[in-house]
Amino acid sequence: MSAHQDNHDHHGHDDHHEDDGPHSTVKGYAIGFVLSVILTVIPFYLVMAKVFDSSSTTALVILGFAAVQIVVHMVYFLHMNTKVEGGWSMLALIFTLVLVVITLAGSLWVMYHLNHNMMPMIHDMKNMP
Amino acid sequence: MSDTAATLHAGDVHAPDNQRFYVPGDHHPQNGTLLGFWLYLMSDCLIFACLFAVHAVVGRSYAAGPSGADLFDLPLVAINTSMLLLSSITYGMAMIAMQKKQVRQVLVWLAITGLFGAAFIGLELYEFAHLIHEGAVPQRSAFLSSFFTLVGTHGLHVTFGLIWLVTLMVQVSRHGLITENRRRLMCLSMFWHFLDVVWIGVFTFVYLMGVLP
Repeated sequence: MSAHQDNHDHHGHDDHHEDDGPHSTVKGYAIGFVLSVILTVIPFYLVMAKVFDSSSTTALVILGFAAVQIVVHMVYFLHMNTKVEGGWSMLALIFTLVLVVITLAGSLWVMYHLNHNMMPMIHDMKNMP
Repeated sequence: MSDTAATLHAGDVHAPDNQRFYVPGDHHPQNGTLLGFWLYLMSDCLIFACLFAVHAVVGRSYAAGPSGADLFDLPLVAINTSMLLLSSITYGMAMIAMQKKQVRQVLVWLAITGLFGAAFIGLELYEFAHLIHEGAVPQRSAFLSSFFTLVGTHGLHVTFGLIWLVTLMVQVSRHGLITENRRRLMCLSMFWHFLDVVWIGVFTFVYLMGVLP
C-alpha cells in the first residue's frame, strides 16, 4: 500500500512538472512578433498603396502572406510542433485543415456553379412576363 | 502507446498480487486538458471556416448597397490589428513570468493584455456603430450580413476571452500560481493566440481583399 502511495505521489509530482507545458522564451516571442509585424505591414502596404494593378495578383500575394503569418503564429506563439502531446495536436490540426480545405473549396466550387447556372439567360428573359 | 506497455506490466501474471490490476504509471495522456482544449479550438476553427466560406460566397453581393471599398477604414483596421498582435506578445510575456513563478509580473502582463484586448473590442464596436449609423446594417445586403456575422463572432470570442482573463486575474491574485491556475492560464494562452490567428484571416480576407476593386 505504501508503494502505491509513493507511486501516486511521484505521479502527482510528475504531473506538476508536465503542466509547465511548452517552454516559452522571450527570444521565441520576439522572433514571432517581429515576423508578424513584417508580414502584417506588407499586405496593408500592398493594398493601401495600390502596388499591383491587378486585383487578383494583390489577392494572391496577400493570401500568401496571411498563410505564412498563420504558420509563424502557430510555431512561435502556439508552440506547435510534431512532439506536443505525442503528436496528437498536430494530427488534430492536420485533420482540421483537411476539413477546412474541403469546406472552403467545396463551398466556393458549388456556389460558383450554382450562381453560374442561375444566371438569367437571354431566352429566359424573353419568356418573362 | 505507453498505455500498452503499462498494461503489460500491470497485468503480468508474474507481477506481485497488489500490482496485478493496478496501473502505477500514467495510463491517460499527459496534459489531457491541453489536448482537449486544442480539440475545442480546432472545432472552433471549423465554425470560422464555415463563416469564411459564407463570406467567400456572398462577400461581393452588395444588393446595390455599399461595398467594402466604400465602408472600410483601413488605417483603423491596421490599428485594430496591431492591438491584437500586441496583446498576443504581452500574453506571451505573462506566460514567461508564469514559468518564473512571478505572480505580480503575471498579473501586470495580464492587465496589459486585457487593456489591448479591450482597445480592440472598443475600436471594433466603434467601427460597427459607425457602419450602422451610415445605414450599412446587417440586413442591408448579403455582404453586410456575412461581414457582421464573421467579424462579430470573432469579436464575441475576444469578449469572452476578456471575461476569462479578468476571472483568471482574480484567481491568480487570490490563490497564486497553483497548478490549476497554471493550467487555466495555458488554456487561455492557446485561446488568445488562436483568436489572433483567426484575425489574420479576417483582416486579409474580409478587409484587405474587400477593398480591392
